[in-house]
Amino acid sequence: MSIAEQPKNETDNPLKIVEDATCTFCGCVCDDINLTVEGNRITKAQNACVLGKAWFFNHHIEERPEALIDGQPATYEQAIDRAAQILLDSQYAITYGLSDTTCEAQRVAVAITDWIGGCLDTTTSVCHGPSGMAFQGVGEVTCSLGELKNRADYIIYWGGNPAESHPRHFTKYSLMPKGEFVPNGRKDRTAVLIDVRKTKTAKAVDIHLQLKPRSDFELAWALRALAKGLELDDSVEEKTGIPLEQLKEVMEGMKKAKFGAILFGMGVTMTRGKHLNSEAVLALARDMNKHTRWVAKPMRGHGNVTGADNVVSWSTGYPFGIHLGRGYPRFNPGEFTSSDVLGRGEADAALIIASDPYSNFSQPARDHLKAINTIVLDPKLSETAKIAKVAFTTSTYGINEPGTVYRMDDIPIPLRPAFDSPYRSDYDILKAIEDKIRAHQLAAVNAG
Amino acid sequence: MTDIFILIPGRTSKQGTTLNEGKYTEGYQTEINTLKMNPTDMERLEISEGEEVRMWNEHGSVVVPCSTGKDELPPGLLFISYGDKSSQLMPGETHGTGMPDSKGLDVQIEKLTTN
Repeated sequence: MSIAEQPKNETDNPLKIVEDATCTFCGCVCDDINLTVEGNRITKAQNACVLGKAWFFNHHIEERPEALIDGQPATYEQAIDRAAQILLDSQYAITYGLSDTTCEAQRVAVAITDWIGGCLDTTTSVCHGPSGMAFQGVGEVTCSLGELKNRADYIIYWGGNPAESHPRHFTKYSLMPKGEFVPNGRKDRTAVLIDVRKTKTAKAVDIHLQLKPRSDFELAWALRALAKGLELDDSVEEKTGIPLEQLKEVMEGMKKAKFGAILFGMGVTMTRGKHLNSEAVLALARDMNKHTRWVAKPMRGHGNVTGADNVVSWSTGYPFGIHLGRGYPRFNPGEFTSSDVLGRGEADAALIIASDPYSNFSQPARDHLKAINTIVLDPKLSETAKIAKVAFTTSTYGINEPGTVYRMDDIPIPLRPAFDSPYRSDYDILKAIEDKIRAHQLAAVNAG
Repeated sequence: MTDIFILIPGRTSKQGTTLNEGKYTEGYQTEINTLKMNPTDMERLEISEGEEVRMWNEHGSVVVPCSTGKDELPPGLLFISYGDKSSQLMPGETHGTGMPDSKGLDVQIEKLTTN
């Protein structure tokens, strides 16, 4: 890190350059951003994409109370006391979110949930949770993004639109960059898009397989059959909308590749079939290794959703959808995942970290979240913060706070903050809540 | 007159940039509340650019302005950015996965008549 303080400028704001800052807007976690910081505003973000620029330019300090209890301004200390009491009084609390905060804060959230014997879930459950289930079923043939950059000569984007969701994935990792074994960059790579929509990504690839909606599983299974040399009939086209001859051509290209990669998005995981769709895609990549090197990787959305998977997995043995109420972790998507626990009206308290489920969950889940004691930590005002019993205003990770995040390929990357915030970090607030809960639980054990 | 479509909620670049500006900005609200439709479907249903339609299924009902998806969407397919409107049409059931059916939702469309 190189942070060079320069003399104050005319507006009396210290001008600062932060080199190699890390963008945490999406799972690419680009760590080559050069920020120009004037006071508590970032005015330039060199190397950042359109999403990264919006991230860096819009997280200046907002005038908001540090905390709200029942909608009324409160101090951090009052809110921490109330949050700890809510969680201690709960019979079945759920912790949710975590994909937009540091690994250090994620660890404390796991500890809190463990002390109170609650449910532990992350935004992974409504993102690549089905892929997490599929990994357990068929495994994951994987690689780092660096390997993609240096080796991949056949790339399939499946059920995703990285041109809009991960703009620098193309230029930094997968499609365009010149690598050791693909010295001519884009010219050395064949790119395919499998998607129901003719998105902006379709314009960047060589072949677009515009399949019919809800036929991802059948398409993956047909490709698996072709990989094994089996004959297929025309029902494949009827179901998927892709002519068999075109599928055969793609399979020939896949077999001839030196290093192939399937990069799949939520078009696979959010569509009917879900984990079975992910399993089919992962199994296809695995099968292709009988011919040549192939990998499959989920395109992860939030800046540290991969960190959440890692932290929760190394803490409990499972990535999401966990219940800690029996003193040991139990994993059961559908039972201990947030959409279900809230949708069935089971939880009596919720600890939401850096997420807005009141905007994004199904109506039954939203109705229940509003009816229970909800605690939320968020740098910005959200619908969830509006309905929360206790709402903390926090600093922003990566912009105000240091820490560790994981890139979508499970590579840990340090954060290099740009300027201080008057608000506390998720870590500080969660640690204060955990200290109170731990003291209470230990006192109860010692007394009894 | 009603028609059955398949709705694909998803992320867009504009949603990502306006999200950072704030969820209560006009840009974000416009982005998550606008339905995209194939132009031939719009013509068939006599829906003009920006005209409001009612979209519903067994889980909810929303009213949204409709805009052309140009050549991005084949006939019968709709797109809307993730947000409050798409969530209202999402089922609570996750089929044992934790993930509600969030893409590929069957919905009906009806042009709002302004009498």
